[in-house]
Amino acid sequence: MEMNRRDLFRFGGKLLVLASAGATLEQIIGAEPAPEAYKQADHWWGMIIDIEKCIGCGNCVKACSKENNVPDGFFRTWVERYEVPEGYTNPKVTSPKGAIDGFPLPQPTDLKAFFVPKLCNHCADSPCTQVCPVGATFVSPDGVVLVDKEYCLGCRYCVQACPYGCRYLNPETETIDKCTLCYHRITKGLTTACCENCPTQARVLVDFKNPKDPVHEFLRTHKVSVLKPQMATEAKVYYNNLDGAVR
Amino acid sequence: MRPTFRDAGHLIRPAVLLVIGLVVFMMVRGAVVPKGFGKYGHYRAGYLEVARSKPIQYAGQEVCASCHDSEATARAGGRHAKVSCEICHGPQARHADDPSALKPKLPDVATLCARCHEKDPAKPKAFPQVVTAEHSGGMACNDCHKPHNPHL
Repeated sequence: MEMNRRDLFRFGGKLLVLASAGATLEQIIGAEPAPEAYKQADHWWGMIIDIEKCIGCGNCVKACSKENNVPDGFFRTWVERYEVPEGYTNPKVTSPKGAIDGFPLPQPTDLKAFFVPKLCNHCADSPCTQVCPVGATFVSPDGVVLVDKEYCLGCRYCVQACPYGCRYLNPETETIDKCTLCYHRITKGLTTACCENCPTQARVLVDFKNPKDPVHEFLRTHKVSVLKPQMATEAKVYYNNLDGAVR
Repeated sequence: MRPTFRDAGHLIRPAVLLVIGLVVFMMVRGAVVPKGFGKYGHYRAGYLEVARSKPIQYAGQEVCASCHDSEATARAGGRHAKVSCEICHGPQARHADDPSALKPKLPDVATLCARCHEKDPAKPKAFPQVVTAEHSGGMACNDCHKPHNPHL
């Protein structure tokens, strides 16, 4: 049979319909990728912290410490308790042992008081990674600031550069340690140790590249802020109801 | 006729030195720059796998609930429904991998409950809080409240 132009279009059209149907089917079936098939390019991690929900129990600090073998007296995340007088002058900030045991005693106050959990902000444009002389600290393709312990010199430039005080020198390894956003957990489909252990869901791990992540709705409907926005670090830890007194 | 490069020797010797220098530089560079450096940026790409391979400590509440049915059901019906198991029971990934390897200890309620529920003006107003010393009169919390579903 001779094939003319019309036949060709007809056949091509059918083929296109079939191919598009196939693609949709594959998308439906392949909606849940296996954890093994973790693709860095498909994720952009961050966190949302809701001050209105934090009860200062410090379970996040304890969980982080146990999950990551954080040495005694050092913290990858910690909780600060603010007491703010009118006019914002000299707010009282306490964080006994990073609140690893919470704030156990009753602490009456007439001032405005609230808790602020802190951790590495996993800045997209982070000052700490820019000062590393050996390329040992970096922003990963999925937006997590990590330290390559085998190449870190322990020079502490990054400790000075971090505007949020989130880095420390691990006295055992003599290399820099910091929050890894539980990279070993989030790349396996789990949440971070701190988010897993937050009883009030005050802190929630979010993936900005996942269109189905509730973070998009949350950011649209809440008044959020990052810490020290004037530093232009493009921090990815968003705070809901953050008071102006918090530094 | 005059040759085109009459004093070519002057050029060849530095050129040879330059080539040797370049080769040495490339060899040293190849030896000292770690594998995978520069694949994604100014760092060793292989470290991402190292960071991923670390073992986990907290198994996650879905894993707990997959065996401990009665506790999970009790918890799901109460105000502690969203309170993850390991907040109170501690990290249990090893127990989840091999239940006989690590027996979870029962938590000490006196400090455990107060950690969240001790009254503090910094806590959100809607969060249930008590001054434990006045509230219980020395009784243990779990004499009245069942931790998995604390409502009386």
